[in-house]
Amino acid sequence: HPAFLLPDCRRYSVGHLSVKERIDMKRKAALVGGGQKRIDAQHKRGKLTARERVELLLDPESFVESDMFVEHRCSDFGMEQDRNKFPGDSVVTGRGRINGRLVYVFSQDFTVFGGSLSGAHAQKICKIMDQAMTVGAPVIGLNDSGGARIQEGVESLAGYADIFLRNVLASGVVPQISLIMGPCAGGAVYSPALTDFTFMVKDTSYLFITGPDVVKSVTNEDVTQEELGGAKTHTTVSGVAHHAFENDVDALLNMREFFNFLPLSNQDPSPIRACHDPSDRLVTSLDTIVPFETTKAYDMLDIIHAIVDERDFFEIMPSYAKNIVVGFARMNGRTVGIVGNQPKVASGCLDINSSVKGARFVRFCDAFNIPIITFVDVPGFLPGTAQEYGGIIRHGAKLLYAFAEATVPKITIITRKAYGGAYDVMSSKHLRGDVNYAWPSAEVAVMGAKGAVQIIFRGKENQAEAEAEYVEKFANPFPAAVRGFVDDIIEPATTRKKICRDLEVLASKKQVNPWKKHANIPL
Amino acid sequence: TFDKILIANRGEIACRVIKTCQKMGIKSVAVHSDVDASAVHVKMADEAVCVGPAPTSKSYLNMDAIMDAIRSTGAQAVHPGYGFLSENKEFAKRLAAEGVTFIGPDTHAIMAMGDKIESKLIAKAAKVNTIPGFDGVVETADDAVKIAQQIGYPVMIKASAGGGGKGMRIAWNDEETREGFRFSSQEAASSFGDDRLLIEKYIDNPRHIEIQVLADKHGNALWLNERECSIQRRNQKVVEEAPSTFLDSVTRRAMGEQAVQLAKAVQYSSAGTVEFLVDSKKNFYFLEMNTRLQVEHPITECITGLDLVEQMIRVAKGYKLLHKQEDIPINGWAIESRVYAEDPYKSFGLPSIGRLSQYQEPLNLSNVRVDSGIQEGSDISIYYDPMISKLVTYGATRAEALSKMEDALDNYVIRGVTHNIPLLREIITHPRFISGDISTNFLPEVYPDGFKGHQLEVGNRRELLASAAALYITAQLRSQKVLGNLRKTCWRLILQTSTVEVDGGKVEVSGQWNLASTLLPLTINGTDRMLQFKVRVLSKLAAELNSYMPEKVAEDTSSILRSPMPGSVVAVSVKPGDTVAEGQEICVIEAMKMQNSLTAAKQAKVKKVHCKPGETVGEGDLLVELE
Repeated sequence: HPAFLLPDCRRYSVGHLSVKERIDMKRKAALVGGGQKRIDAQHKRGKLTARERVELLLDPESFVESDMFVEHRCSDFGMEQDRNKFPGDSVVTGRGRINGRLVYVFSQDFTVFGGSLSGAHAQKICKIMDQAMTVGAPVIGLNDSGGARIQEGVESLAGYADIFLRNVLASGVVPQISLIMGPCAGGAVYSPALTDFTFMVKDTSYLFITGPDVVKSVTNEDVTQEELGGAKTHTTVSGVAHHAFENDVDALLNMREFFNFLPLSNQDPSPIRACHDPSDRLVTSLDTIVPFETTKAYDMLDIIHAIVDERDFFEIMPSYAKNIVVGFARMNGRTVGIVGNQPKVASGCLDINSSVKGARFVRFCDAFNIPIITFVDVPGFLPGTAQEYGGIIRHGAKLLYAFAEATVPKITIITRKAYGGAYDVMSSKHLRGDVNYAWPSAEVAVMGAKGAVQIIFRGKENQAEAEAEYVEKFANPFPAAVRGFVDDIIEPATTRKKICRDLEVLASKKQVNPWKKHANIPL
Repeated sequence: TFDKILIANRGEIACRVIKTCQKMGIKSVAVHSDVDASAVHVKMADEAVCVGPAPTSKSYLNMDAIMDAIRSTGAQAVHPGYGFLSENKEFAKRLAAEGVTFIGPDTHAIMAMGDKIESKLIAKAAKVNTIPGFDGVVETADDAVKIAQQIGYPVMIKASAGGGGKGMRIAWNDEETREGFRFSSQEAASSFGDDRLLIEKYIDNPRHIEIQVLADKHGNALWLNERECSIQRRNQKVVEEAPSTFLDSVTRRAMGEQAVQLAKAVQYSSAGTVEFLVDSKKNFYFLEMNTRLQVEHPITECITGLDLVEQMIRVAKGYKLLHKQEDIPINGWAIESRVYAEDPYKSFGLPSIGRLSQYQEPLNLSNVRVDSGIQEGSDISIYYDPMISKLVTYGATRAEALSKMEDALDNYVIRGVTHNIPLLREIITHPRFISGDISTNFLPEVYPDGFKGHQLEVGNRRELLASAAALYITAQLRSQKVLGNLRKTCWRLILQTSTVEVDGGKVEVSGQWNLASTLLPLTINGTDRMLQFKVRVLSKLAAELNSYMPEKVAEDTSSILRSPMPGSVVAVSVKPGDTVAEGQEICVIEAMKMQNSLTAAKQAKVKKVHCKPGETVGEGDLLVELE
């Protein structure tokens, strides 16, 4: 071909544009996605564009985009026309840094075909997921998509499945985070559901299998989008989402904070950030936090905030199954996962929802080398037909399973009650707890005094005296301490200091479970 | 003196008394309610006895239980503190019957001064200035003028049956007296159906100045100078100082001597306080006598060097006073701020409750005294007074004491409850307060629309913005300090000193940036400042993008009534289906001795009532819904 002989770029030109001009033009087109009109509409909805989101999420100028020139390959229904082609298609993908740490990102672009998922769109996402797996870095997905690209048919479905597969393979290898910033419906919901964390934006994001119209025609229920799959529903009722944020900006800035807690992959240790909070700080307020009356509630969050670095606690699922508190914090700079029974809600008992919430969190921590600190004040499992019929046995088993299989450093503090089977479950010594402490207010027993006395001294005249005897014997930390089931009884004020010191020692902990293809957690 | 003293009180005053007991080698016994079992005063005391459940009527006012505690611990004397049983003659009698010493005046003095009318008569007889007035009923306008002239202008003409400002007139001359007589009697007749009028001297712009007295059982009595307590809200003192900027030595002596005359007239022993109203011409009039240790006693201790609790204990044991009047100095200046758990933006302070999640007193500063009975982790509950502490600063001069107070307030860390430090700081830095131009009307005069918080000047605003920006960058830089993370940062500066540009102006900020500390000592443009931050900083990009974020629609508050504070429901005046007019009372919430009437914001039908009398409600709890 004669053009190859002439090193003049104009020779490469197609039509009247040079390649360079075409590159520039395509890049320019990619940057405005579906065009200014649609960008304005996106803003009017109170949403940022895909690119604005990426820019805000990542460190300035750290974004390295890939596949800016990818276009969809559909040729039906007029899609082949130039005006229906958008460089980059309906998703922005690439890698960047959050506070200097590597992350892969995809951000669906609602201004292009409503962010719908084409084969090309899926391929772009899969590419960065593969790269993330190769180098060991988290993936953050910013979801804002109307669903499948209907014009592409099965190609689009295949794309979803390709993503799902990668979600599953990446699970436990690199952290995966989904931030729902617009609609996410139908099959699309399963990608966030497979990731480690799903966060939502209040008022502008929805997650559901089928929308209100289909619901109406099938079950004749009248329900709004917000009620069916809004942030409130999923963070308080269904437990699908782990946190909801006020708006896009709030959500993305919070993502940066959240990301700081995470290791980059399962091969990386729990991150240690510079810490200004003295590791040997005494927390005297804890000496009086547990009320004298065993029936009186207190807020476990008060304990957590007081103990962790700088009162900085990123709570996961703060509005769902509130009888258990889970979230990330730092101890002397090192990320830890915190699990605590919440006496303020339902006396801190374990039920179906709290067991599942706790179990999933514990498994994440274990998968990513994050030490687990467990605060125990649990009166037992919640009784009742609703719980039994709902399968509390198999759901409660999940939390037990998760704590038992975890090989990361495990530190447990019994602040008050540790009754019955729930005592065993809550990261007890018997489940390979590395360090188990009891506060002086701790009482480890099969059950509370009243119930126990009714069984032990059935029919006996003086129940009150018997109860007093039981309290004297069992309602204190000694029965557990003399058997070595707790390593020490500690002054609450020293808890932070002791945990920090133990974590230093446990940093080199090595524990391996028996080889298996994979375990079989009761699902 | 005594071997063992029981303190029939709680909180800061119990701690205060225990401190002196410890100093004097006396064993102390604390009493407490069950919720106070781990309170500071309980920990400080040598022994502690639980005297009942949380409500004061069942614990701190429960004489039977306290008498039992005295017997079981063998305490020889009881210090009642202030409030509770401190001016309860029944309690003093019961102690006397058991041969236990009451650390306070004798019963007859408590009784004599406990009655307003009787105390005024005794004061008059003891040649103490009382508010001049005509005790009978004024018949005609001419009578009114005659009486007014006798009393001296200005006078107040008020309805005998009066109240709430109705039928009240102030007259500065004869003509106004006639007019006032006519209007007042009309108003009185229409408002109360009773047109009888009284006339008494009107005290314009009064100051509340009180004299501390100290007397023994041997007829000796001293006056320990005055305390200026004019800064009040709802008749409760907020900021006090000693001495007063307003008194000259002649007035001071006259007031002191009259106070001593009164004390002697009732054979007073122990520490007591004679309260006066002082008008703008330095005329002073007896108000009442408090037969106990006052809340604000520390400022007197600061300027006189006396330990009043110690003196009370000595006197109670029967010792003579050690000092003579000429031994009582005024050394320097002392100011006391009452730090309360309350929201100063709601009528200068509505109670707030909660757990003190973080609490740090400014004791790192010299010449600062903090009398408190709480610590980090303590609960401020609805059962007791919401006072957190008394913050006292001392200086050789008033200016020194004031500047120390400013520092102390800035260094005070209180988290978990809403507190009144913003208001306190505003008062002590207000030009009128600094110049000493104050009266009991200070707060309503200075803040006619209520306290709205500190109004930032441009310069302050700039400094704060610059500090916040520098703090933000420190936090961002720190986020990148992850072990093993070698990537270069995009922020290039190392923050020790930084120059921040705000609205074109340059601000120099330097300091130790400890992100874990609640206090941030900074040097801003060369001035040392103590900052406490709760701030959200957005980068330029985030701020730009934030402009696209929609405003969240606020809840329509006109059709719902929420509790403005934690407390208990005293009364619910409506039921579903009732139609209420705008401003009509819907329910009454009581919190910490205060009843608050909540009213409808619009005319509407009551949709649902979510509370019932006797219930405890939290701040923001939904009480009543309107349609």
